[in-house]
Amino acid sequence: MTTQLPRTAVDDHGQHDLSVRRQPPSGAERKRLSDLPGWLLSSTTVLLLVIGWEIAVRTADVSAILFPAPSGVIEALVTGFTDGPFVRHTLVTLQEIVYGFAFAVVAGLLTAVWVTSSRLAEKIVLPIVVVLQTVPKVALAPLFLVWFGFGMESKILTTALIAFFPVLINATLGFNSTSSEQVNMMRSFGATRLQVLTRLRLPTAVPSIIAGLDVAVVLSVIGAIVAEFVGSQAGLGYLIIASNTSLDTTTMFAALVVLSVIGLTLHYIVVLAGRRLAFWSEENRSRHAGL
Amino acid sequence: MSEPVMVFDHVTKQYPNGTVAVDDFHLDVADGEFVSIVGPSGCGKSTMLKLIMGLEPLTRGSITYRAQARDESAMTGMVFQQPLLLAWHTVLDNVLVPSTLQGRAQRRADEPRARELLAMLGLADFAERHPYELSGGMQQRVGIARALLHDPRILLMDEPFGALDAMTRDQLTMDLLDIWERDRKTVVFITHSISEAVLLSDRVVVMTPRPGRVADVVDIDLPRPRTLQTISTPEFGRLAAHIRSVLDTAEMVTA
Ligand SMILES: Nc1ncnc2c1ncn2[C@@H]1O[C@H](COP(=O)(O)OP(=O)(O)OP(=O)(O)O)[C@@H](O)[C@H]1O
Ligand SMILES: [Mg+2]
Repeated sequence: MTTQLPRTAVDDHGQHDLSVRRQPPSGAERKRLSDLPGWLLSSTTVLLLVIGWEIAVRTADVSAILFPAPSGVIEALVTGFTDGPFVRHTLVTLQEIVYGFAFAVVAGLLTAVWVTSSRLAEKIVLPIVVVLQTVPKVALAPLFLVWFGFGMESKILTTALIAFFPVLINATLGFNSTSSEQVNMMRSFGATRLQVLTRLRLPTAVPSIIAGLDVAVVLSVIGAIVAEFVGSQAGLGYLIIASNTSLDTTTMFAALVVLSVIGLTLHYIVVLAGRRLAFWSEENRSRHAGL
Repeated sequence: MSEPVMVFDHVTKQYPNGTVAVDDFHLDVADGEFVSIVGPSGCGKSTMLKLIMGLEPLTRGSITYRAQARDESAMTGMVFQQPLLLAWHTVLDNVLVPSTLQGRAQRRADEPRARELLAMLGLADFAERHPYELSGGMQQRVGIARALLHDPRILLMDEPFGALDAMTRDQLTMDLLDIWERDRKTVVFITHSISEAVLLSDRVVVMTPRPGRVADVVDIDLPRPRTLQTISTPEFGRLAAHIRSVLDTAEMVTA
């Protein structure tokens, strides 16, 4: 609060005697909506949207073929999982995603180690990787279908191929982010080349690798579904295509919900792993500081 | 002077890009001697330490040193300009890095000594913390403890206090004097600060601007043990002024 001082204090330069006093704000602090936790705000918003959607569909009497009501989707999910085909299809897709992702991670990390520890490998492999990266990987799904058949193998390969590049590129960046001073430090204490890799370069690369895994996990879900679209006998992608042919939009939406849950869960596993493994990184610490 | 433990025999270093960083550097260091190297930025001081550690190949000449130690890596201990701690390790594990490289058993055997060193440097309460929870001066102390872990006879220090504020710097300089008085290690200490060099050293090697040659070697015969009060003695002032003038002349000659 500023208090107006008597006018008599005006001197010939038009200046006043001013005084400022700071003290804690009096009275109750005004509560703002944005002070509430983020998860609460966003889930409430989603809930309101779903309710709005339900009301809109019911009052306007929209056909379930165009827009199924949320209640219908929930019903389809419940029956689908209790005595329908959802469990089988979900397990198939989940396996494709997890195996494909795992292959991509192992291959991506090994290639990154190889490329960053050998000049020759770097010069030969990196340009090839750059060129291959521009090929739309999903376009290879039909080819894998021809080579490996309608089973899970072709889907796992497509998934692995899509998820491989972000892992490789982020891991390569991470391995190369070690400073030469730090390498000199390790070597001055007698570290071998292998020890420099395992005790310095690998831990330094962890935050970057985690960022790569996060991209890869989302791409894995896309890879598995697209591969199933191209040709399959089971999986959530198959279910979407099959219910599309029979205009069963409710089941399509139910499959979408399951896919989102899978994607979100995997994303959070990666994020939590990252927080544990890279607790020391600049990024994680500024988050803890509440920024 | 007794048989030297470290001999720089006409050392020349030319980097592949043509830069001559060190030119015909010649110096003998006695056992237990504290030698400082001062010189303008870019005159090849850090290069010299890299040559000693075998991190860069020599172009001409040779460097020889000897010391009693378990193996080659335990002969020398190096303190760097930045702390260069591993962010994912605790303070204790950072001090133990040299042991961990020798295997789990060695790490376990050296843990008591690591704790002792931390206590000596006033970091006993911080053993389980991580580097980001420490101030710059504390981090640098961890770097010193790490270099002392194997009790090396030869200590190499590259502007170890260069990045610190004046007060922390004085404190760590006195800590270093203490440590050195205890078992009189052979120390090669690189610095920009003339007063730091005079206060700590038995001899100060003054280098010319690039390519680095020896401009002068100044004997510091101030009595020990020295304290911060030593700085205000006239003898100290005379030595510092002498080194200053050698540096200035060296700069003029090349300019
Ligand atoms: N890897 C390298 N390749 C080429 N030139 C280098 C390399 N490292 C250092 N130099 C050059 O060698 C010279 C000496 O470098 P050095 O790092 O030894 O200087 P310095 O005396 O430690 O300097 P400062 O006091 O600033 O740390 C510099 O001119 C630098 O540009
Ligand atoms: Mg330097």
